[in-house]
Amino acid sequence: MSEEKTYNKPLPDFRPETKPYWEGTKNHAMVLPRSKETGKFFFYPRAMSPGDDMSEDIEWVKASGKGKVWTYAIHHMGPSKAYKGDPPYVVALIELEEGVKMMSNVIDVDVNDVHVGMEVEVVYDDVTDEVTLPKFKPAQ
Amino acid sequence: MRDVYILGVGTTPCGRFPDKGAHILGREAAWAAIKDAGIHPRKIEIAFCGHVYQGMGVGQRTLKEIGLVGQPTINVEGACGSGTLSFWEAWRTIAYGQYDIALALGVENLSRVLSGGPLPLEEDDIEVALGMGMPGLYAMRAKRYMMEYDVSMEQLAKVVVKSRHHASLNPIAQYNKEMTIEEVLDSPMIADPLTRNMCCPVGDASAAAVLCSADLVDKLATKTPIKVLGCVAQSGKYSSPEGLTCDPSENVMRTSKMAYEMAGLGPEDMDVAEIHDAFSIAEMMVYEALGFCEKGEGAKLIEDGSTWINSGGVAVNPGGGLLSRGHPVGATGLLQTAEIVWQLRGEAGKRQQENANVGVIETMGGAQPSMDGITCVVSVLGK
Repeated sequence: MSEEKTYNKPLPDFRPETKPYWEGTKNHAMVLPRSKETGKFFFYPRAMSPGDDMSEDIEWVKASGKGKVWTYAIHHMGPSKAYKGDPPYVVALIELEEGVKMMSNVIDVDVNDVHVGMEVEVVYDDVTDEVTLPKFKPAQ
Repeated sequence: MRDVYILGVGTTPCGRFPDKGAHILGREAAWAAIKDAGIHPRKIEIAFCGHVYQGMGVGQRTLKEIGLVGQPTINVEGACGSGTLSFWEAWRTIAYGQYDIALALGVENLSRVLSGGPLPLEEDDIEVALGMGMPGLYAMRAKRYMMEYDVSMEQLAKVVVKSRHHASLNPIAQYNKEMTIEEVLDSPMIADPLTRNMCCPVGDASAAAVLCSADLVDKLATKTPIKVLGCVAQSGKYSSPEGLTCDPSENVMRTSKMAYEMAGLGPEDMDVAEIHDAFSIAEMMVYEALGFCEKGEGAKLIEDGSTWINSGGVAVNPGGGLLSRGHPVGATGLLQTAEIVWQLRGEAGKRQQENANVGVIETMGGAQPSMDGITCVVSVLGK
């Protein structure tokens, strides 16, 4: 999706415990961690479930990639020079069907058409050869 | 636990001072606080220095400028709550009997760190990789809050109008001109719905307080000593087991509840308040978290004007708040503390809230993925 040869924006920190998630996005699939004990999904990916179970016994499950905009902001200014030329863009909290909230961008849409409750689905932005960021567009 | 008193406070003005390093600003504020306390500087047994971006040993680099060497000096970092975290450290070391006289300092020179724009965040943060900045984070809170509670852009703007009015009466404020609703709304959009004038400015300053134990207060005090009735620091919890960052209210509510309990008082007893209005939306949300009104009713207090000085309710941000006095991050908490001390002593000049006997200070630091904040500190002060 991205035509840029050099990607200057910050990249997520890869660690062994988040490998299934980032391997998933690279393969254009959304794979989310779930506590085996409570059966609850959580996000962001990490080595233990942050619920009351505090369990390291987690499993990785393919998610639907569908959700709704829970809240959002139209950024008219980026957090650093690397975002020059991007604004206006939308940063949103997406409430996924699996019950977790994920911060992402809503793209392929007029920023003024984004609204709370908007149904969205994941698209994959291969920002570098190694990194794919999940983003969202209005659901078809 | 012993009672702790504030003997003196001091600050620099807030503004852009690229020619003054944090240690120079810090020296001025620390010296002003020591003079205000009326004690010999050598009586200070321990010092804490809150900052975020000022590098290694900034407390020691600052205090060597005024002969305060040798004593333990501890640098304290808690994002935007660093100043009040420094105050909390000074309070607890005295309250629990380790030392009798402590200096709490906060310093920040942001002009030397960034030319403008939002604060730099940790780049390996999963949210920052998606283009989130602090204005964007507060904007997302605003969008959701405005939808849930039917809050208007004009109401968001009115927070700034109040803030600029109070700041116009405060000689140390960074912004000292009155502003209309239209001027707030017509400034450039930073992160919709927040316009530039709904965001706090980049700025530099320092502020400090000298604290002492109840055992020494009668002997040392040269001005009305201000009693620390409650002082609590709490880190953020998971926003929810599943979610990412959005709402710091739980952190503020939990911390303030503990501080009120320690003071044996409630929100209805507060005459003045200095709260963390980094962006205009925060003010209404903090009204609720501090118990000044019910959930969802923050905008009503803006609408009825009762949080302006001498308007019948708790005067909120009489010094102009972060939006207008300024937000030199590590110094902010002690700027807030100094304002409440001046208010309680009756030294606040044209912005003096009448009959101010009890005040509360709330500082909220930072955002982290899946947490509602980094650090919240709430203090309750009284005469």
